[in-house]
Amino acid sequence: MKKHDAIVIGAGHNGLTNAAFLAKAGLDVLLLEKNTYIGGATVSQEIHKDWMYSNCSYVCSLLRPEVYRGLNLAKYGLQVVPYGGSATISQNGNYLGSYVDADVSRREMARLSPRDADAKVRYDRDIMRQCRFIRQFLLRTAPDPTSFRPRDLVEMFHMGKELLKLGEGVIYDMMRFYTMSISDFLDEYFEHPLIKAAKAGSGIIGSAMGVMSPGTAYVLLHHAMGDVDGNMGAWGFARGGMGAIASAMDDCFKDHGGETMTGSGVQQILLKNGKVTGVALENGNEYHADVVVSNMTFPRTFLECMDANDLDPDFLRNVKNFKIRGSSGKLNIALDGLPNFTALENNPELIKGDMHLVDSVERLERAYDDWKNGSWSKDPYIDMLIPSLTDPTMAPPGKHFMSVFVQYVPPKVHGKDWTDEQRDQFGQTVIDRIESYAPGFKDLILHAEIRTPRELEDEIGLTQGNIFQGELTLDQLFFNRPIPGYAQYRGPVKGLYMCGSSNHPGGGVMAAPGANAAREILRDIHKPNTVPEGWLDD
Amino acid sequence: MTKPSHCIIIGAGHNGLTCAAYLAKAGKQVTVLEAAEQVGGAAITREFTPGYRVSAGAHLLYMLDKNVRKELSLESAGLAFSQRDIKTVALAEDGNHLVIAGGSVHGADITQADQVAMQEYQRFMTRFAGIIGRLHNRIPPRIGNKNRSDLLSLAKTALDIRMLGRDDMREFLRIAGVNIYDILQENFEHSLLKGALSLDGVLGTNLGPRSNNSVFTALHRLSGLQGMAMPKGGMGAVSDALAVAARKQGASIRTSATVSRICLQGDRVAGVELHGGEEIAATAVISSADPKTTFLGLLGAHNLEAGFVRRINNIRMHGNAAKLHLALDDLPEFEGLEKSQLGERLLIAPDIEYVERAFNHAKYGEHSSRPVAEITIPSLHDDSLAPAGKHVLSAVVQYAPYEIKESWNTEKTVFTDLVVDLLEQYAPGIRRQIVHQEMLTPVDIEREFRITGGHWHHGELAMDQFLMLRPVPHAAQYLSPVNGLFLCGAGSHPGGGVMGSAGRNAASAVLKATSKELRS
Repeated sequence: MKKHDAIVIGAGHNGLTNAAFLAKAGLDVLLLEKNTYIGGATVSQEIHKDWMYSNCSYVCSLLRPEVYRGLNLAKYGLQVVPYGGSATISQNGNYLGSYVDADVSRREMARLSPRDADAKVRYDRDIMRQCRFIRQFLLRTAPDPTSFRPRDLVEMFHMGKELLKLGEGVIYDMMRFYTMSISDFLDEYFEHPLIKAAKAGSGIIGSAMGVMSPGTAYVLLHHAMGDVDGNMGAWGFARGGMGAIASAMDDCFKDHGGETMTGSGVQQILLKNGKVTGVALENGNEYHADVVVSNMTFPRTFLECMDANDLDPDFLRNVKNFKIRGSSGKLNIALDGLPNFTALENNPELIKGDMHLVDSVERLERAYDDWKNGSWSKDPYIDMLIPSLTDPTMAPPGKHFMSVFVQYVPPKVHGKDWTDEQRDQFGQTVIDRIESYAPGFKDLILHAEIRTPRELEDEIGLTQGNIFQGELTLDQLFFNRPIPGYAQYRGPVKGLYMCGSSNHPGGGVMAAPGANAAREILRDIHKPNTVPEGWLDD
Repeated sequence: MTKPSHCIIIGAGHNGLTCAAYLAKAGKQVTVLEAAEQVGGAAITREFTPGYRVSAGAHLLYMLDKNVRKELSLESAGLAFSQRDIKTVALAEDGNHLVIAGGSVHGADITQADQVAMQEYQRFMTRFAGIIGRLHNRIPPRIGNKNRSDLLSLAKTALDIRMLGRDDMREFLRIAGVNIYDILQENFEHSLLKGALSLDGVLGTNLGPRSNNSVFTALHRLSGLQGMAMPKGGMGAVSDALAVAARKQGASIRTSATVSRICLQGDRVAGVELHGGEEIAATAVISSADPKTTFLGLLGAHNLEAGFVRRINNIRMHGNAAKLHLALDDLPEFEGLEKSQLGERLLIAPDIEYVERAFNHAKYGEHSSRPVAEITIPSLHDDSLAPAGKHVLSAVVQYAPYEIKESWNTEKTVFTDLVVDLLEQYAPGIRRQIVHQEMLTPVDIEREFRITGGHWHHGELAMDQFLMLRPVPHAAQYLSPVNGLFLCGAGSHPGGGVMGSAGRNAASAVLKATSKELRS
């Protein structure tokens, strides 16, 4: 039977990135995907006739420009179209608009609080500083602080050097920023509850923490460090839906001689005296290679596709302790027309961006309390978008596609698996909430797909439905991600690698873990590196 | 102007007194000014109803700086202990309690597995706490400058961490920044044990077990690396001993002398003004008051740079812990507890979810409906605290946020009642034994001990307010932007708890600075 140079498990955006860079280096790569479609959570599908749903991830900003260029994704048809601003709507009909033009945004803020409008300048500056610093480490492999290997020492030294460049004051700000709660952090800048609520959302998206949990300030950074065409902090749509990113990567992969096999779920990763030899599929077929790369979540890779006896008990214990709690759900809705948000009547262009239905940090925190108690939020945090306003390919003329990201939604309801009734009740909670801000919304709904962590795990394989393949907390970041000692994309057995978002620098459609893993693999098998290193791009 | 005194120390709390003793020892002329009638600040013993005395602030001693104790020979200055190595009893509603002594735990049908896990937990937590403990006696280093002593201090800490060895170092770097809920879930099964241990991470803070940073606060609590003890005569005995030591070194201490203003002459400190107008000149003013009182209250924002004032304003220092004092006409009977165990540290934290639920209220400006509590009955060890046969109960109760939506004027009785009801569940009949009760909410603590926000640490003890970030960057080395003005209180590194380290470090910072000035 034919032997491949490398097998990549999972055609999510990181698996595709990894496979493409390996193929680019001249390797014979086989990419296996359990679903009949590629992309994992970077996907768009015609769930409802004539509608394109980006039914998992829905916006693009984190995708590393180095990967975009390195794989020449433009050539394979990927277009990222930036969208403007956002609107945060409060129950009393007040709202806060945010615009691409910083001055317009500041003027809008001044409407609610002149003091906060002044603070915005300071706030934007401080966030930008943190972004600039972290961006240069996204496409680098984290050093092991416990190791004396020259390579790790050199990288540690490099980090220290870059850190000192920031200067004393900024270093202190950074130490605080990484350990504070987003709510405390915002209190240091702003006074108006609506303004705080509008900004606090980014501190919890995808995380199983509340806005008052220390550590959420970093999560905000994770959502601000991306860019569209170099415009840092901006977000955009992939034209044709998020699936366009996956298919562009796949075309690049195939162009370099790669082979993608869908409908091929992996049953077991095969070992022979401590070395990887290949994989066995659910359908019984076996494929062989000395290099196997898993884009599956960290727990799924080792608890479901490997034999516990082949793994060290301590390692296994750490895998089981990996924090990967699901906290979000999603509604994908086909609309007969545009909804009318009462608060935005005089400012309709604001529905082109993110819309949030929240007016205080306290409401956000109470939504988290529901999650802690094991049920979905009765008054959830909602991040909704109508991509079809910017990208007409998503829905028929005059009709619209609406993506509604919802938090908090637990992986299990009071410790028990989700039932379909509960899923629909959850969906109803969200729809009622939107209706109360946009009367008549219900009547516009032609079709709605409701997704809870259960659907995310069953279809996409994201353990517990955690969209980041693992919580973004200090114990699981950088050289601690996924666990201390395994943060350099190598598994515990020879030939096994990990390229998913469970690894540094974590989740979001960033493609950095896939790229970094490819670099480490090529290094191990002594092939020329095809993966761009991170550089200071601003 | 009265005759100039070299160093003025504002506040005769345990840190102020410690600082005074060291400065006097170094030959400085020192005057300590205390607003209250007795020394001690929040480390005092006072009568709360005729015949009954209690440690009104801190009620357990477990972090007192060994150097302070030795160098100021506090024993010969009168410090003695009525009880040492106090165990912890985690109270269960069904009377099937759990007894924790260091790494050993028994009772409440605890499993072998959990007992082994507890040994291991104690082992690594103590090791990690040691890392933080070794920072207590250092002036926090500054990062990003070329100063040799700063670099050396940073290197020391890095080395401390390295010396843990690969596995422990990895574990330290993994857990130090996160929440105690996850760590306890990883290690233990027994819910009573998890509840009790989680309290170490949240007592005196604005955190719940699930809040990140709670491992750090737990480590800080352990960093004294000594058992729980009670000073003979209550916590005031520590302050009294420090006062004796300070006076022995030649420091003079004035009580009922409230500082109203720190006076400047040009860009440097000239002295202080007291209520009533008396001015006292000084070359150095060292404040053990909390940073907000010091900079905004006594010095005045107009004398400081705007960015610095913003940082001071942003210090989080809203207390969350209340203190309950009960005068009892007899020894309470806790279900399932022998008389001999009543003298231990009794915890009401039946499980970790209970503690988290208690915290939920605090987030929204409410007091807990089912609070957690750390209870002691000091009169069992010390008959000087209550009339013969009578007893005193002292408890730290959470959560009672400084700022609540209702007013504490109305809520205080409500809260006191539900706390007593809670005690009644564990000690039936205790309500009838109460001769007198006193509840100190953070608002009362602010009033009595003059701590802004009534926070016993003079500022939330969090990683963003620790070491070179405490109380704020650029004032973390016990210095301030104003020449001649220094800090020596719990608002500075290494924070609250009866330690004396802040006072000791501050003294050396003052000596360094003044000798520099003399040279230049």
